[in-house]
Amino acid sequence: MVRGQSFDENTYDSDNTVFSPQGRLHQVEYALEAVKQGSAAVGLRSKTHAILLTLKRSTGELSSYQQKMFRIDDHIGIAIAGLTSDARVLSNFMRRQALAERMVFNRPIPVNRSVSAIADKAQVNTQEYGRRPYGVGFLVIGQDSTGPHLYEFSPSGSSLEYVAMSIGARSQSAKTYLEKHFEKFESSAYDDPISVSILKQFAPVGSLEQLIEHGLHALRETLQQDKELTIHNTSIGIVGPAGSHEVGVDGLGSFRILEEETVDPYIQALPPKEAPAGTNAPAAAAPPAPAGDEDVQMAE
Amino acid sequence: MDGKTAPQMRHFNPYSDNGGTILAIAGQDFAVIAGDTRQTVGYEIQTRYAPKVFRLNDKAVLAVNGFAADGNMFVKKVKQKLEMYRHAHAKDMPLRAIARLIQTMLYAQRFFPYYVYNILGGIEEDGSGAVYSFDPVGSYERESCRAAGAAQSLVQPFLDNQIYFKNQQPIPGGPPHPVHLPLSRVIALVTDSFTSATERHIEVGDELEMFIVLSRSHPQQSLDPRLNATEVSTTASGEKVFVIRRPLKRD
Amino acid sequence: MDHFPTNWGRPRNDLNDAYNTYPLHQRPYNGPKDTFADGVQRTQQPIVTGTSVLAIKYKDGVMMAADTLASYGSLARFKDIQRLHPVGSHTVLGAGGDMSDFQYIQTSLDTLLIEEEITQNDGHSLGPSEIHEYLKFLMYGRRSKFDPLWNSIIVGGVKDGRSFLGYVDLLGVTYEAKTLATGYGAYIAQPLLRDAVEEREGQENSITEEEARKILETSMRVLFYRDARSLNKYQVATITAAGISISESQHLSTEWSFAEGIRGYGAQTQ
Repeated sequence: MVRGQSFDENTYDSDNTVFSPQGRLHQVEYALEAVKQGSAAVGLRSKTHAILLTLKRSTGELSSYQQKMFRIDDHIGIAIAGLTSDARVLSNFMRRQALAERMVFNRPIPVNRSVSAIADKAQVNTQEYGRRPYGVGFLVIGQDSTGPHLYEFSPSGSSLEYVAMSIGARSQSAKTYLEKHFEKFESSAYDDPISVSILKQFAPVGSLEQLIEHGLHALRETLQQDKELTIHNTSIGIVGPAGSHEVGVDGLGSFRILEEETVDPYIQALPPKEAPAGTNAPAAAAPPAPAGDEDVQMAE
Repeated sequence: MDGKTAPQMRHFNPYSDNGGTILAIAGQDFAVIAGDTRQTVGYEIQTRYAPKVFRLNDKAVLAVNGFAADGNMFVKKVKQKLEMYRHAHAKDMPLRAIARLIQTMLYAQRFFPYYVYNILGGIEEDGSGAVYSFDPVGSYERESCRAAGAAQSLVQPFLDNQIYFKNQQPIPGGPPHPVHLPLSRVIALVTDSFTSATERHIEVGDELEMFIVLSRSHPQQSLDPRLNATEVSTTASGEKVFVIRRPLKRD
Repeated sequence: MDHFPTNWGRPRNDLNDAYNTYPLHQRPYNGPKDTFADGVQRTQQPIVTGTSVLAIKYKDGVMMAADTLASYGSLARFKDIQRLHPVGSHTVLGAGGDMSDFQYIQTSLDTLLIEEEITQNDGHSLGPSEIHEYLKFLMYGRRSKFDPLWNSIIVGGVKDGRSFLGYVDLLGVTYEAKTLATGYGAYIAQPLLRDAVEEREGQENSITEEEARKILETSMRVLFYRDARSLNKYQVATITAAGISISESQHLSTEWSFAEGIRGYGAQTQ
């Protein structure tokens, strides 16, 4: 009897440094599952802006909403899906790296290097004995001398740049939306606040408002049937020049998080959901999102 | 110990004095923090524009004077601590906490001090204007006004007289000396202090850089346009920070 | 007679040797004595030294000049040493002070640039202001360990349409200005450079390349006449948006016939 075939494949999942006969690292794949348990985050990028949109959960009337977005530096912000505690460790590391870059070179850390730094950290956990992979995925937006960027970081140690991406529960629905519409915003550049204020009523093609509208559409796809986007459960993170609804944004277009009343104009502008008569993109069989005060419930 | 093994006497002095002067005055609901921009060593003017006054956040401005390399590094480290505080608490550190932070950071280098005189000015949580002054190893106190640096000995007696009304008798039967001076008066005193110091001290001059922090309770939330001030505060709802730059004599 | 100017005393007791002319051997020390001096181990003194570096901002970028001499005390020991060093494609360093410390800085910057521009290869490169900040960090760190890199360095360059000119020395003291000069040049040449720039106050950017070269040549000549640790052979670096060019070493034309009549210069002794 050939060893390995007689056992369940999952024999190879107790130690993340051991490959299965199929060449897979099961623990790493389980970590990727932890990311899918978290509520969704969506990221989009145009020629001038990069934005994040997240869906916050709360256990109920009595609890607050779980924070899903973090500022790393003036020019970088992240959205998370998965274990919030793991996210704090990694985001603190990114913050320290950003401070060190300012200390030594007095410049904002290049976005790709910030993401690569945590990807390298995550990779170590997939190879060294006695460790566990991080149970969290990030969408990272930032701007540097090469313009605005959107990256995805995952516990497997990969970091890839995207025009649009989504992670977390039912993120496949958001991705389906983004794949269908990305051409409308990926190469649009809009940096003209004056004409924005003239055309306040409707979002001009290529504007930040339009980018956010696409983002909200994508985020809405990840909702359960009976849920709606509200100002309480939606956060928007932005880098890039101020939009027409924004006040007090600095000249650099630093990272800012819109929450509660500041997201109101964008939610108001969103056309209502289409009739639920099967017109919604069929959600891929994602596990139902568990309720909990953590982004992911670690144990019942 | 015989002479051959005794350590050789060499001398490397890790400090230099880079001149210049700083000054801060607190009003009831504002603070003015100023410094000249000349950097010198000995008789040499190294540059005519090296800032010594730095906005830390919308309610705190720090002026540093003494050894320029220590000063710049110290400000950089304070800013990094404030950034970490902002990450941890999602708000700006209050002024009195920054003052204590600065004392801790200075005293940590008690046996290899930052050769820097710090003056911190801004707005407290209760909305009052405040000035904190420090010695190089962290002793500090809250005051109404303080000058430090090359022309301290020229400016401080002037301030004692004009702010604290030392050696001045109130007019008999008239009003007592005011406790707080209005902003326009303070700006005039700061400007005059620096033009006078420039006149009499070779290490002071080139340009005056003056930060003004207005409390939310200050009746005016903007400055007289004739002052030609630039606003540098970041939020519309918090304290207002302005910079005024004035030429000083360059000789 | 004591041939070391640092021992003659100056109007002010400068805290380090601004002339970069520390001699080789132990000299008598006339300054105040620290009670605990015998128990403290200090670091070093410069051995082979370069003298002034001059730099000026002009219309297209930055121009820098330094002679090619490396002195061993008062001995003109190496007469073809390059003291201008390119770092990446936007920046040039010019160094006075200890030449071995400068070579160490060159090596560590070259290593840094390999990591930054070859290994990372992501379109982000270090410009002159980043190099200056890094050097400040390095030099201040070393002075804080009482093990200074004994140099005065000028960092000049152009990146993204902005020209940069900054100074950093063994203490970690830094500053930026439109004209810079280290060592003896800070006293002799800096006034000439400032004069040339300030007479165009408000339109500094109108100085052409030829004019900048002329200003530097004049200043280098004056320095050669007056600085005993200088040489009449120098190089000029120009850093513009188009890139870096460092000239071959060129000779300064000088006129010494006037010296014939000056007592102390010629053959006459009285």
